[in-house]
Amino acid sequence: MQIRLDIKRQQSPDDKSYIQSIVYEYDDKSEVLSNALGNINKGGCKDTEGNDVSPLSWECSCLQKKCGACAMVIGGRPRLACDAKLSEFANEGFVTVEPLSKFPLIRDLSVDRSVMFDTLRRIRLWLETDAYDNDKVRDIAYESSGCLQCGCCLEVCPNFYVGGRFYGMAAGLPMSKIIAQSQKGNDKDIRQQYKKHFYSGCGKSLACRNICPAGLDADRVMASSNAAAVWKRNVYKKK
Amino acid sequence: MSIIIAGAGLAGLSAAITLAQAGRKCILVSAQPSERAQSVLAEGGINAALDNMGENDSVQEHYEDTVKGGVYIANRRAVKGLTDNAPKTVMWLSSLGVPFNRENGRLLQRPFGGQKKRRTAFAKSSTGKMIMTSLIDKARSFESEGLIKRYPHHEFLRLINDNGICKGMRIKDRISGKCASMYGTVLLACGGMNGMFPGHTTGTVHNTGDAAAAVFMQGAAFSSLEMIQYHPTTIGIPGKRCLVTEAARGEGGRLFVKRDNEPWYFMEEKYPVLKNLMPRDVVAREMFFARRETGSEVMLDMTGIPHKVWCERLPDLKKELMSYTGLDPEKEPINVHEGIHYFMGGILTNEHHRTSIENLYAAGEFTSLYHGANRLGGNSMLGAVYGGITAAEDILSLPQSSECEVVFEDAPSDEPYYEESRARFNDALCEILLDGMGIVRNEQQLDKALSALEELTPENDREKARVMLARASLMSAAERKESRGAHYREDYPQTDDEYKKLSVARTDGGRVHISFIDADKEDICR
Repeated sequence: MQIRLDIKRQQSPDDKSYIQSIVYEYDDKSEVLSNALGNINKGGCKDTEGNDVSPLSWECSCLQKKCGACAMVIGGRPRLACDAKLSEFANEGFVTVEPLSKFPLIRDLSVDRSVMFDTLRRIRLWLETDAYDNDKVRDIAYESSGCLQCGCCLEVCPNFYVGGRFYGMAAGLPMSKIIAQSQKGNDKDIRQQYKKHFYSGCGKSLACRNICPAGLDADRVMASSNAAAVWKRNVYKKK
Repeated sequence: MSIIIAGAGLAGLSAAITLAQAGRKCILVSAQPSERAQSVLAEGGINAALDNMGENDSVQEHYEDTVKGGVYIANRRAVKGLTDNAPKTVMWLSSLGVPFNRENGRLLQRPFGGQKKRRTAFAKSSTGKMIMTSLIDKARSFESEGLIKRYPHHEFLRLINDNGICKGMRIKDRISGKCASMYGTVLLACGGMNGMFPGHTTGTVHNTGDAAAAVFMQGAAFSSLEMIQYHPTTIGIPGKRCLVTEAARGEGGRLFVKRDNEPWYFMEEKYPVLKNLMPRDVVAREMFFARRETGSEVMLDMTGIPHKVWCERLPDLKKELMSYTGLDPEKEPINVHEGIHYFMGGILTNEHHRTSIENLYAAGEFTSLYHGANRLGGNSMLGAVYGGITAAEDILSLPQSSECEVVFEDAPSDEPYYEESRARFNDALCEILLDGMGIVRNEQQLDKALSALEELTPENDREKARVMLARASLMSAAERKESRGAHYREDYPQTDDEYKKLSVARTDGGRVHISFIDADKEDICR
């Protein structure tokens, strides 16, 4: 089997970008893009014009959908390279591979997502006391703790841009853990942050629905957080 | 002089938080943000004798199981500290917001291998990710206070040593390529040496083994390098082995092979008490033998696990297996294979996590401290968290000093360890190691592997250091002329009391020297 990978290359933010096409051969229908990129970087690969392919810059870590490092735009959709089976694109015969566009480019497919981590610091995302616990709190904490901080949800979001007031689902989900687990009377600050930087900025496009590589159930988490943070309902029955 | 931690997984974060809670500043260096650390992959749980399951469990039994599981070559003082403090450690994590499964308010505990009591606390089947998220949140609060300063895309290159004393370390910014010196006490928490076996472990690509190799070359003593844990149940996915958590067997999964067209539940037949939950070294080896005997693949039958358990305790495992195998584990057995999962060996430390180099500490999978010849499931996260805390507590006893200024400069062309090793070189080295250090080993294979190492042509510092670490690993395996834990020699199948010791490897940069020392020796690093 073979597929053409149309990879967006860019040496640095100041350089011009170009598309480099590489015909990649593979045997197994379970082959994924991350493995293809790894194999290309082993060297000796030529593009469709016969040029040597210099090492591609891209991030990866766990290779099994649990760390979010390899998020990129694949076939026009943000997703993890380790979860993108090449066989999905067999009919087209090619797939486009680009970096996430919302974050500053480092090189090729690598982007600087530090804004996501800075945001979490800015909204003071931590528990001030020991965690509150009951079944409902734990359920929401489990779901929201699963966020990979990959940035896929921010890439598709029409309301999110770096430097804006709206911080997107990648902040909304982690905030939900803290809202749920803060002791009664200790959550005013995080509730305000949620309302200001998530609830009121979300245009309800639902573009992020079904985009999360971790498959997190954002609707369920948001329903609880909206009730707790915006309508100040005691959804977690805190005493 | 500052306190510098390399690695921001469970061990590094736990250490940083412990220091910050005491009001001490530290620098936290990692190649990637904590969210990408290998610790997020840990699934099944964390051990502590909380005795929540009405089985009269005790810290003493946890201690005994750990020492026995490690086949009596783990430092017993260290294991005592680990197991005595396990309940406190797990309850601390719970207070930080880890959503452990509970019933009537109490943490539930599941059975894990090599332990007769249900002792493993868990958050469904993503315990590592859940613990990491809570630790990251906690660390963030100290980052805002300036007590923890992160360098989150920076790689450890080497130690700065002066007359055998660690004075700090060199780092490389992975974005700009610039380098800097950091001066102070160093704590290495860089994880296991997965990168020595690229594509063949359950770990992440960022656990390259480069830090271990560089520090070994710089004179640090390493121990138990022959002790590599093959996890019994992994599946092959593109580019790596994917773990099927031991919890799958803890919750009722059964291993079998087809023999004369009938399923043979070989673990249950051979080990009627612990059955499928024997320690991992035993299970992996029996799988190897069962496959060799019958010529058929080993299957993991999880069809007997109740649907409720899948929903409440193993939802992520089911999702993962369906995604990778296309099979529903509730309905049909899954083909599993042993895969490299954990390195019991690593840098030698004493129970305070001090290494053989003054002013250098280590914690987590980077060390060889707690697990002897075989690690029990559920003890790795405990070892990482408790180890990070313990190292930090010892560092707190050092005199406080002023912070170092970190200045990045363009790396000179001869910056040691700057160039990465080539992927094809790593693959070639890996093949040699796999040939020598499989589940079943013998002298002939080990000698052949050692000879093959000589044929490699390393081109840069990292490649040279990798060869040296590989040589030390093969030599440790060759010198241990017995079978113990994860190290099984078909030419020496018996366990021999003469080797109830730690193998210790050192190099002066040229030759490797292997010795055997008593694991309980005072001042073990001297």
